[in-house]
Amino acid sequence: MIKVENLSKSFGSKRAVDGVSFEVGKGEVLGFLGPNGAGKSTTMRMITGFIPPSAGAVSVCGLAVQENPIEVKRSIGYLPEAAPSYTEMSVLSFLRFAAEMRGLRGEALRSAIRRVVELCHLENVLGQTIDTLSKGFRHRTCLAQALIHDPEVLILDEPTDGLDPNQKHEVRTLIRKMGESKAIIFSTHILEEVEAACTRAIIIDRGRIVANGTPTELKARAATGKLEDFFRSITRSDTLAEGAA
Amino acid sequence: MKGSWAAIRIIAKRELSAYFESPVAYVFLVIFLLLSGFFTFTFGGFFERGEASLAAFFNWLPWLFLFLVPAAGMRLWSEERRLGTIELLLTMPVAAWQAIVGKFLASWLFLVVALALSFPIVATVNWLGDPDNGVIASGYVGAALLAGAYLAISCLTSALTRNQVIAFILAVVLCLALILVGFSPLTDLLARWASPWLVEAVSKFSVLTHYDGFQKGMLDSRDLLYFLSVMAYALFATGVVIRNHRTG
Repeated sequence: MIKVENLSKSFGSKRAVDGVSFEVGKGEVLGFLGPNGAGKSTTMRMITGFIPPSAGAVSVCGLAVQENPIEVKRSIGYLPEAAPSYTEMSVLSFLRFAAEMRGLRGEALRSAIRRVVELCHLENVLGQTIDTLSKGFRHRTCLAQALIHDPEVLILDEPTDGLDPNQKHEVRTLIRKMGESKAIIFSTHILEEVEAACTRAIIIDRGRIVANGTPTELKARAATGKLEDFFRSITRSDTLAEGAA
Repeated sequence: MKGSWAAIRIIAKRELSAYFESPVAYVFLVIFLLLSGFFTFTFGGFFERGEASLAAFFNWLPWLFLFLVPAAGMRLWSEERRLGTIELLLTMPVAAWQAIVGKFLASWLFLVVALALSFPIVATVNWLGDPDNGVIASGYVGAALLAGAYLAISCLTSALTRNQVIAFILAVVLCLALILVGFSPLTDLLARWASPWLVEAVSKFSVLTHYDGFQKGMLDSRDLLYFLSVMAYALFATGVVIRNHRTG
Protein backbone atom coordinates (compact mmCIF):
# COMPACT_ATOMS: atom_id res chain seq x y z
CA MET A 1 0.00 0.00 0.00
CA ILE A 2 2.81 2.39 0.88
CA LYS A 3 6.10 2.07 -0.92
CA VAL A 4 9.01 4.36 -0.10
CA GLU A 5 12.10 4.06 -2.27
CA ASN A 6 15.40 5.69 -1.54
CA LEU A 7 13.70 8.77 -0.17
CA SER A 8 15.92 11.77 0.63
CA LYS A 9 15.28 15.32 1.74
CA SER A 10 17.78 18.11 2.23
CA PHE A 11 17.09 21.47 3.82
CA GLY A 12 19.95 23.62 2.60
CA SER A 13 23.08 21.66 3.41
CA LYS A 14 21.36 19.61 6.09
CA ARG A 15 20.26 16.14 5.08
CA ALA A 16 17.11 15.46 7.07
CA VAL A 17 16.24 12.16 5.39
CA ASP A 18 18.88 10.12 3.65
CA GLY A 19 17.99 7.20 1.41
CA VAL A 20 15.07 5.71 3.32
CA SER A 21 13.28 2.71 1.80
CA PHE A 22 10.48 0.57 3.21
CA GLU A 23 7.07 -0.86 2.43
CA VAL A 24 3.88 -1.11 4.42
CA GLY A 25 1.14 -3.50 3.36
CA LYS A 26 -2.53 -3.75 4.20
CA GLY A 27 -3.04 -5.07 7.72
CA GLU A 28 0.30 -3.74 8.88
CA VAL A 29 0.97 -1.17 11.58
CA LEU A 30 4.43 0.28 11.23
CA GLY A 31 5.93 2.00 14.26
CA PHE A 32 8.30 4.79 13.39
CA LEU A 33 10.90 5.32 16.08
CA GLY A 34 13.83 7.61 16.45
CA PRO A 35 15.29 10.48 18.45
CA ASN A 36 13.98 14.01 17.99
CA GLY A 37 15.12 15.46 14.69
CA ALA A 38 15.86 12.03 13.20
CA GLY A 39 13.67 12.71 10.17
CA LYS A 40 10.44 10.97 11.17
CA SER A 41 8.11 13.90 10.56
CA THR A 42 9.91 14.87 7.36
CA THR A 43 9.49 11.34 5.99
CA MET A 44 5.80 11.34 6.88
CA ARG A 45 5.28 14.74 5.30
CA MET A 46 6.80 13.46 2.08
CA ILE A 47 4.48 10.44 2.08
CA THR A 48 1.44 12.71 2.46
CA GLY A 49 2.67 14.95 -0.34
CA PHE A 50 2.96 18.02 1.90
CA ILE A 51 6.62 18.47 1.02
CA PRO A 52 8.29 17.17 -2.14
CA PRO A 53 11.30 14.86 -1.74
CA SER A 54 14.77 15.94 -2.90
CA ALA A 55 15.32 12.46 -4.32
CA GLY A 56 13.60 9.10 -4.36
CA ALA A 57 9.94 8.20 -4.75
CA VAL A 58 6.83 7.45 -2.71
CA SER A 59 3.81 5.58 -3.97
CA VAL A 60 0.55 5.04 -2.11
CA CYS A 61 -1.96 2.44 -3.31
CA GLY A 62 0.09 2.05 -6.47
CA LEU A 63 0.05 5.77 -7.35
CA ALA A 64 3.16 7.97 -7.30
CA VAL A 65 2.66 10.84 -4.87
CA GLN A 66 4.50 13.35 -7.04
CA GLU A 67 2.50 12.57 -10.17
CA ASN A 68 -0.98 12.10 -8.67
CA PRO A 69 -0.99 14.26 -5.54
CA ILE A 70 -4.76 14.73 -5.37
CA GLU A 71 -5.68 11.05 -5.86
CA VAL A 72 -3.08 9.99 -3.31
CA LYS A 73 -4.31 12.53 -0.76
CA ARG A 74 -7.80 11.09 -1.11
CA SER A 75 -6.66 7.70 0.18
CA ILE A 76 -4.62 9.06 3.11
CA GLY A 77 -5.74 10.18 6.53
CA TYR A 78 -3.11 12.34 8.19
CA LEU A 79 -2.61 13.52 11.74
CA PRO A 80 0.19 16.11 11.66
CA GLU A 81 2.56 16.58 14.57
CA ALA A 82 1.02 18.66 17.40
CA ALA A 83 -2.46 18.00 15.95
CA PRO A 84 -3.29 21.42 14.48
CA SER A 85 -6.88 22.55 13.96
CA TYR A 86 -8.84 25.72 13.26
CA THR A 87 -9.18 26.76 16.88
CA GLU A 88 -11.97 29.30 16.36
CA MET A 89 -14.30 26.61 14.95
CA SER A 90 -16.50 24.27 16.94
CA VAL A 91 -15.63 20.57 16.88
CA LEU A 92 -18.70 19.82 14.79
CA SER A 93 -18.10 22.50 12.17
CA PHE A 94 -14.44 21.52 11.95
CA LEU A 95 -15.37 17.88 11.31
CA ARG A 96 -18.03 18.94 8.82
CA PHE A 97 -15.41 21.00 6.97
CA ALA A 98 -13.03 18.01 6.87
CA ALA A 99 -15.82 15.75 5.63
CA GLU A 100 -16.88 18.18 2.90
CA MET A 101 -13.29 18.54 1.77
CA ARG A 102 -13.19 14.77 1.45
CA GLY A 103 -16.19 14.93 -0.85
CA LEU A 104 -18.78 13.63 1.62
CA ARG A 105 -22.32 15.01 1.39
CA GLY A 106 -25.74 14.45 2.90
CA GLU A 107 -26.32 11.22 4.78
CA ALA A 108 -22.79 9.93 4.05
CA LEU A 109 -21.41 13.06 5.72
CA ARG A 110 -23.64 12.72 8.75
CA SER A 111 -22.86 9.05 9.30
CA ALA A 112 -19.12 9.69 8.84
CA ILE A 113 -19.23 12.36 11.53
CA ARG A 114 -21.22 10.08 13.85
CA ARG A 115 -18.69 7.29 13.33
CA VAL A 116 -15.57 9.36 14.13
CA VAL A 117 -17.26 11.16 17.02
CA GLU A 118 -17.96 7.77 18.58
CA LEU A 119 -14.49 6.39 17.80
CA CYS A 120 -12.73 9.40 19.31
CA HIS A 121 -15.23 10.03 22.15
CA LEU A 122 -16.12 13.58 21.18
CA GLU A 123 -19.87 13.38 21.95
CA ASN A 124 -19.75 15.82 24.85
CA VAL A 125 -17.71 18.56 23.19
CA LEU A 126 -19.30 18.71 19.72
CA GLY A 127 -20.65 22.22 20.15
CA GLN A 128 -17.57 23.62 21.87
CA THR A 129 -15.02 25.86 20.26
CA ILE A 130 -11.75 23.97 19.81
CA ASP A 131 -9.97 26.86 21.54
CA THR A 132 -11.66 25.97 24.82
CA LEU A 133 -10.83 22.25 24.78
CA SER A 134 -8.15 20.42 26.74
CA LYS A 135 -5.14 19.08 24.88
CA GLY A 136 -6.50 15.54 24.88
CA PHE A 137 -9.73 16.61 23.19
CA ARG A 138 -7.94 18.79 20.64
CA HIS A 139 -5.73 15.89 19.78
CA ARG A 140 -8.66 13.54 19.30
CA THR A 141 -10.51 16.15 17.23
CA CYS A 142 -7.60 16.21 14.83
CA LEU A 143 -7.45 12.41 14.87
CA ALA A 144 -11.17 12.31 14.05
CA GLN A 145 -10.49 14.55 11.06
CA ALA A 146 -7.92 12.02 9.80
CA LEU A 147 -10.41 9.14 10.08
CA ILE A 148 -13.45 10.89 8.65
CA HIS A 149 -13.23 9.42 5.13
CA ASP A 150 -12.26 5.96 6.41
CA PRO A 151 -8.96 6.06 4.48
CA GLU A 152 -7.01 3.00 3.40
CA VAL A 153 -3.78 4.55 4.61
CA LEU A 154 -3.22 6.34 7.90
CA ILE A 155 -0.19 8.48 8.68
CA LEU A 156 -0.17 9.49 12.35
CA ASP A 157 2.60 11.72 13.63
CA GLU A 158 2.83 11.14 17.38
CA PRO A 159 -0.84 10.22 17.86
CA THR A 160 -0.50 9.71 21.62
CA ASP A 161 1.53 12.82 22.38
CA GLY A 162 -0.02 14.87 25.17
CA LEU A 163 -2.62 12.30 26.13
CA ASP A 164 -3.04 10.88 29.62
CA PRO A 165 -2.34 7.16 30.20
CA ASN A 166 -5.98 6.15 29.73
CA GLN A 167 -6.30 8.08 26.50
CA LYS A 168 -2.98 6.70 25.28
CA HIS A 169 -4.24 3.20 25.89
CA GLU A 170 -7.43 3.90 23.97
CA VAL A 171 -5.64 5.38 20.98
CA ARG A 172 -3.26 2.42 20.87
CA THR A 173 -6.17 -0.01 20.95
CA LEU A 174 -7.85 1.98 18.20
CA ILE A 175 -4.71 1.91 16.04
CA ARG A 176 -4.32 -1.84 16.49
CA LYS A 177 -7.95 -2.43 15.59
CA MET A 178 -7.86 -0.23 12.52
CA GLY A 179 -4.56 -1.76 11.50
CA GLU A 180 -6.33 -5.00 10.66
CA SER A 181 -7.89 -3.47 7.58
CA LYS A 182 -5.60 -0.52 6.78
CA ALA A 183 -1.96 0.32 6.29
CA ILE A 184 -0.82 2.51 9.18
CA ILE A 185 2.39 4.36 9.93
CA PHE A 186 2.69 6.08 13.26
CA SER A 187 5.62 7.72 14.97
CA THR A 188 6.22 7.72 18.67
CA HIS A 189 8.77 8.28 21.40
CA ILE A 190 7.19 5.73 23.67
CA LEU A 191 8.77 2.36 23.13
CA GLU A 192 6.05 0.36 24.87
CA GLU A 193 3.63 1.59 22.24
CA VAL A 194 5.57 -0.24 19.62
CA GLU A 195 5.07 -3.51 21.44
CA ALA A 196 1.46 -2.69 22.18
CA ALA A 197 0.30 -1.66 18.74
CA CYS A 198 2.80 -2.41 15.95
CA THR A 199 3.29 -5.37 13.73
CA ARG A 200 6.66 -3.97 12.67
CA ALA A 201 8.98 -1.16 13.71
CA ILE A 202 11.58 0.97 11.98
CA ILE A 203 14.19 2.88 13.92
CA ILE A 204 15.50 5.93 12.16
CA ASP A 205 18.51 7.98 13.23
CA ARG A 206 19.92 11.06 11.54
CA GLY A 207 17.84 10.42 8.43
CA ARG A 208 18.80 6.76 7.97
CA ILE A 209 17.04 3.53 8.85
CA VAL A 210 19.15 1.74 11.46
CA ALA A 211 16.80 -1.12 12.28
CA ASN A 212 13.73 -2.72 10.74
CA GLY A 213 11.89 -5.70 12.20
CA THR A 214 9.06 -6.97 14.37
CA PRO A 215 9.12 -5.74 17.98
CA THR A 216 10.15 -9.22 19.11
CA GLU A 217 13.05 -9.35 16.64
CA LEU A 218 14.29 -5.93 17.71
CA LYS A 219 14.11 -6.83 21.38
CA ALA A 220 16.08 -10.01 20.76
CA ARG A 221 18.93 -7.94 19.36
CA ALA A 222 19.54 -6.23 22.71
CA ALA A 223 21.71 -8.05 25.22
CA THR A 224 19.16 -7.34 27.95
CA GLY A 225 16.16 -8.27 25.80
CA LYS A 226 14.68 -4.78 26.26
CA LEU A 227 13.59 -2.59 23.37
CA GLU A 228 14.78 0.53 25.17
CA ASP A 229 18.33 -0.78 25.50
CA PHE A 230 18.39 -1.71 21.84
CA PHE A 231 17.11 1.76 20.89
CA ARG A 232 19.80 3.42 22.97
CA SER A 233 22.53 1.24 21.56
CA ILE A 234 21.86 2.13 17.92
CA THR A 235 20.76 5.79 18.08
CA ARG A 236 22.61 8.80 19.39
CA SER A 237 21.21 11.49 21.60
CA ASP A 238 21.19 14.85 19.83
CA THR A 239 23.90 16.24 22.16
CA LEU A 240 26.26 13.47 21.13
CA ALA A 241 25.31 13.76 17.47
CA GLU A 242 26.06 17.49 17.49
CA GLY A 243 29.46 16.82 19.03
CA ALA A 244 30.25 14.25 16.35
CA ALA A 245 29.20 16.55 13.50
CA MET B 1 -13.47 21.57 -13.34
CA LYS B 2 -16.69 21.15 -11.38
CA GLY B 3 -14.76 19.30 -8.67
CA SER B 4 -12.20 22.04 -8.30
CA TRP B 5 -14.90 24.68 -7.94
CA ALA B 6 -16.54 22.61 -5.18
CA ALA B 7 -13.29 22.56 -3.19
CA ILE B 8 -12.83 26.31 -3.67
CA ARG B 9 -16.37 26.89 -2.41
CA ILE B 10 -15.88 24.75 0.71
CA ILE B 11 -12.63 26.54 1.57
CA ALA B 12 -14.23 29.94 0.94
CA LYS B 13 -17.21 29.05 3.11
CA ARG B 14 -14.95 28.06 6.01
CA GLU B 15 -12.86 31.18 5.63
CA LEU B 16 -15.90 33.44 5.57
CA SER B 17 -17.37 31.81 8.66
CA ALA B 18 -13.99 32.25 10.37
CA TYR B 19 -14.45 36.02 10.00
CA PHE B 20 -17.85 35.94 11.63
CA GLU B 21 -16.98 33.37 14.32
CA SER B 22 -14.42 35.80 15.74
CA PRO B 23 -15.01 39.48 16.53
CA VAL B 24 -12.84 40.46 13.54
CA ALA B 25 -15.74 40.87 11.13
CA TYR B 26 -17.86 43.04 13.40
CA VAL B 27 -14.98 45.26 14.50
CA PHE B 28 -13.98 45.67 10.88
CA LEU B 29 -17.48 46.54 9.65
CA VAL B 30 -18.12 49.07 12.42
CA ILE B 31 -14.75 50.78 11.97
CA PHE B 32 -15.11 50.87 8.20
CA LEU B 33 -18.58 52.38 8.28
CA LEU B 34 -17.69 54.91 10.98
CA LEU B 35 -14.53 56.07 9.25
CA SER B 36 -15.97 56.16 5.75
CA GLY B 37 -18.93 58.20 7.02
CA PHE B 38 -16.64 60.49 8.96
CA PHE B 39 -14.33 61.17 6.01
CA THR B 40 -17.21 61.64 3.60
CA PHE B 41 -19.04 64.24 5.66
CA THR B 42 -16.05 66.11 7.13
CA PHE B 43 -12.86 66.11 5.05
CA GLY B 44 -14.67 64.94 1.94
CA GLY B 45 -16.80 68.08 2.00
CA PHE B 46 -19.94 66.16 1.12
CA PHE B 47 -22.24 69.18 1.60
CA GLU B 48 -19.86 71.95 0.52
CA ARG B 49 -19.40 70.32 -2.90
CA GLY B 50 -22.88 71.36 -3.87
CA GLU B 51 -23.24 68.38 -6.19
CA ALA B 52 -25.22 65.18 -5.87
CA SER B 53 -22.45 62.60 -6.12
CA LEU B 54 -20.47 60.15 -4.02
CA ALA B 55 -17.11 61.69 -4.90
CA ALA B 56 -16.59 62.67 -1.26
CA PHE B 57 -16.97 59.01 -0.30
CA PHE B 58 -14.96 57.45 -3.12
CA ASN B 59 -12.03 59.90 -2.93
CA TRP B 60 -11.18 58.74 0.54
CA LEU B 61 -11.55 55.01 -0.07
CA PRO B 62 -8.05 54.31 -1.45
CA TRP B 63 -6.61 55.75 1.77
CA LEU B 64 -9.06 54.07 4.10
CA PHE B 65 -8.62 50.72 2.37
CA LEU B 66 -4.87 51.16 2.59
CA PHE B 67 -5.12 50.23 6.27
CA LEU B 68 -8.35 48.30 6.49
CA VAL B 69 -7.83 45.80 3.66
CA PRO B 70 -4.40 44.61 4.89
CA ALA B 71 -5.99 44.31 8.34
CA ALA B 72 -8.65 42.01 6.90
CA GLY B 73 -6.16 40.02 4.82
CA MET B 74 -3.15 39.72 7.10
CA ARG B 75 -4.35 36.56 8.81
CA LEU B 76 -5.19 34.61 5.65
CA TRP B 77 -1.99 32.57 5.42
CA SER B 78 0.09 33.66 8.40
CA GLU B 79 -2.58 32.25 10.70
CA GLU B 80 -2.54 28.93 8.82
CA ARG B 81 1.21 28.78 9.25
CA ARG B 82 1.14 29.81 12.90
CA LEU B 83 -1.50 27.21 13.82
CA GLY B 84 0.04 24.56 11.57
CA THR B 85 -3.32 24.06 9.84
CA ILE B 86 -1.64 24.73 6.49
CA GLU B 87 -0.38 21.15 6.79
CA LEU B 88 -3.94 19.88 7.22
CA LEU B 89 -5.32 22.02 4.44
CA LEU B 90 -2.69 21.08 1.88
CA THR B 91 -2.82 17.36 2.65
CA MET B 92 -6.53 17.31 1.90
CA PRO B 93 -7.37 16.49 -1.70
CA VAL B 94 -7.00 20.03 -3.09
CA ALA B 95 -4.35 21.81 -5.08
CA ALA B 96 -2.62 24.77 -3.44
CA TRP B 97 -4.09 27.18 -6.01
CA GLN B 98 -7.62 26.14 -5.05
CA ALA B 99 -6.88 26.93 -1.42
CA ILE B 100 -5.37 30.29 -2.40
CA VAL B 101 -8.31 31.26 -4.60
CA GLY B 102 -10.87 30.02 -2.08
CA LYS B 103 -9.41 32.02 0.77
CA PHE B 104 -9.01 35.09 -1.41
CA LEU B 105 -12.58 34.98 -2.70
CA ALA B 106 -13.98 34.65 0.83
CA SER B 107 -12.14 37.74 2.02
CA TRP B 108 -13.02 39.66 -1.10
CA LEU B 109 -16.67 38.81 -0.64
CA PHE B 110 -16.40 40.05 2.92
CA LEU B 111 -14.97 43.37 1.73
CA VAL B 112 -17.69 43.70 -0.89
CA VAL B 113 -20.28 43.17 1.85
CA ALA B 114 -18.61 45.94 3.85
CA LEU B 115 -18.78 48.22 0.80
CA ALA B 116 -22.42 47.35 0.23
CA LEU B 117 -23.22 48.34 3.80
CA SER B 118 -22.31 51.93 2.93
CA PHE B 119 -25.68 52.13 1.11
CA PRO B 120 -27.07 54.78 3.51
CA ILE B 121 -24.73 57.30 1.88
CA VAL B 122 -26.20 56.43 -1.54
CA ALA B 123 -29.69 56.78 -0.10
CA THR B 124 -28.78 60.17 1.39
CA VAL B 125 -27.52 61.52 -1.92
CA ASN B 126 -30.62 60.30 -3.72
CA TRP B 127 -32.86 61.87 -1.12
CA LEU B 128 -31.06 65.22 -1.21
CA GLY B 129 -30.56 65.51 -4.91
CA ASP B 130 -30.64 63.78 -8.24
CA PRO B 131 -27.30 61.99 -8.71
CA ASP B 132 -26.20 59.92 -11.68
CA ASN B 133 -26.64 56.45 -10.23
CA GLY B 134 -24.73 54.94 -13.16
CA VAL B 135 -21.63 56.83 -12.05
CA ILE B 136 -22.21 55.66 -8.48
CA ALA B 137 -22.48 52.04 -9.62
CA SER B 138 -19.31 52.33 -11.65
CA GLY B 139 -17.64 53.90 -8.62
CA TYR B 140 -18.57 50.89 -6.53
CA VAL B 141 -17.19 48.52 -9.17
CA GLY B 142 -13.90 50.44 -9.04
CA ALA B 143 -13.90 50.34 -5.24
CA ALA B 144 -14.48 46.57 -5.21
CA LEU B 145 -11.63 46.07 -7.69
CA LEU B 146 -9.36 48.30 -5.63
CA ALA B 147 -10.17 46.27 -2.52
CA GLY B 148 -9.42 43.06 -4.46
CA ALA B 149 -6.03 44.35 -5.57
CA TYR B 150 -5.04 45.42 -2.05
CA LEU B 151 -6.33 42.12 -0.72
CA ALA B 152 -4.32 40.01 -3.16
CA ILE B 153 -1.20 41.91 -2.08
CA SER B 154 -2.11 41.28 1.57
CA CYS B 155 -2.52 37.59 0.71
CA LEU B 156 1.02 37.56 -0.63
CA THR B 157 2.59 39.30 2.38
CA SER B 158 0.56 37.04 4.67
CA ALA B 159 2.07 33.97 3.02
CA LEU B 160 5.56 35.37 3.57
CA THR B 161 5.46 35.31 7.37
CA ARG B 162 3.69 33.67 10.28
CA ASN B 163 3.69 37.05 12.03
CA GLN B 164 0.50 38.98 11.27
CA VAL B 165 1.99 42.35 12.24
CA ILE B 166 4.79 41.96 9.70
CA ALA B 167 2.28 40.81 7.09
CA PHE B 168 0.16 43.90 7.77
CA ILE B 169 3.02 46.40 7.57
CA LEU B 170 4.45 44.87 4.40
CA ALA B 171 1.03 44.99 2.76
CA VAL B 172 0.49 48.64 3.74
CA VAL B 173 3.88 49.62 2.35
CA LEU B 174 3.31 47.80 -0.95
CA CYS B 175 -0.19 49.23 -1.38
CA LEU B 176 1.05 52.69 -0.46
CA ALA B 177 3.69 52.42 -3.16
CA LEU B 178 0.96 51.56 -5.66
CA ILE B 179 -0.92 54.71 -4.63
CA LEU B 180 2.01 57.09 -4.53
CA VAL B 181 3.33 56.46 -8.03
CA GLY B 182 0.13 58.06 -9.30
CA PHE B 183 -0.61 60.50 -6.46
CA SER B 184 -0.70 63.93 -8.12
CA PRO B 185 1.15 65.97 -5.43
CA LEU B 186 4.02 63.52 -5.87
CA THR B 187 3.88 63.13 -9.64
CA ASP B 188 3.79 66.95 -10.04
CA LEU B 189 7.00 67.09 -8.05
CA LEU B 190 8.52 64.40 -10.24
CA ALA B 191 7.42 66.22 -13.40
CA ARG B 192 9.70 69.16 -12.55
CA TRP B 193 12.84 67.26 -13.41
CA ALA B 194 11.77 64.12 -15.24
CA SER B 195 10.41 64.00 -18.75
CA PRO B 196 6.61 63.93 -18.91
CA TRP B 197 6.45 60.57 -20.64
CA LEU B 198 8.38 58.97 -17.75
CA VAL B 199 6.04 60.48 -15.18
CA GLU B 200 3.08 59.26 -17.14
CA ALA B 201 4.53 55.79 -17.64
CA VAL B 202 5.20 55.44 -13.91
CA SER B 203 1.76 56.69 -12.96
CA LYS B 204 0.23 54.02 -15.21
CA PHE B 205 1.25 51.55 -12.49
CA SER B 206 -0.74 53.36 -9.84
CA VAL B 207 -4.04 52.11 -8.51
CA LEU B 208 -5.24 55.73 -8.37
CA THR B 209 -4.85 56.27 -12.12
CA HIS B 210 -7.07 53.28 -12.84
CA TYR B 211 -9.42 53.88 -9.94
CA ASP B 212 -10.20 57.43 -11.12
CA GLY B 213 -11.65 56.23 -14.41
CA PHE B 214 -14.33 54.28 -12.56
CA GLN B 215 -15.16 57.32 -10.42
CA LYS B 216 -15.88 59.34 -13.55
CA GLY B 217 -18.27 56.65 -14.67
CA MET B 218 -15.98 55.33 -17.38
CA LEU B 219 -15.76 51.56 -17.50
CA ASP B 220 -12.53 51.13 -19.42
CA SER B 221 -11.37 47.59 -20.16
CA ARG B 222 -7.76 48.68 -19.58
CA ASP B 223 -8.56 49.70 -16.01
CA LEU B 224 -10.36 46.44 -15.44
CA LEU B 225 -7.42 44.55 -16.90
CA TYR B 226 -5.02 46.43 -14.63
CA PHE B 227 -6.83 45.43 -11.45
CA LEU B 228 -7.33 41.85 -12.57
CA SER B 229 -3.63 41.54 -13.44
CA VAL B 230 -2.54 42.91 -10.06
CA MET B 231 -4.76 40.29 -8.38
CA ALA B 232 -3.64 37.45 -10.63
CA TYR B 233 0.01 38.35 -10.24
CA ALA B 234 -0.14 38.67 -6.45
CA LEU B 235 -2.06 35.41 -6.08
CA PHE B 236 0.35 33.62 -8.37
CA ALA B 237 3.25 34.95 -6.28
CA THR B 238 1.42 33.69 -3.18
CA GLY B 239 1.43 30.23 -4.73
CA VAL B 240 5.17 30.44 -5.40
CA VAL B 241 5.85 31.53 -1.80
CA ILE B 242 3.76 28.68 -0.39
CA ARG B 243 5.46 26.15 -2.64
CA ASN B 244 8.88 27.42 -1.58
CA HIS B 245 8.04 26.96 2.10
CA ARG B 246 7.21 23.35 1.47
CA THR B 247 10.25 22.70 -0.67
CA GLY B 248 12.45 24.03 2.16
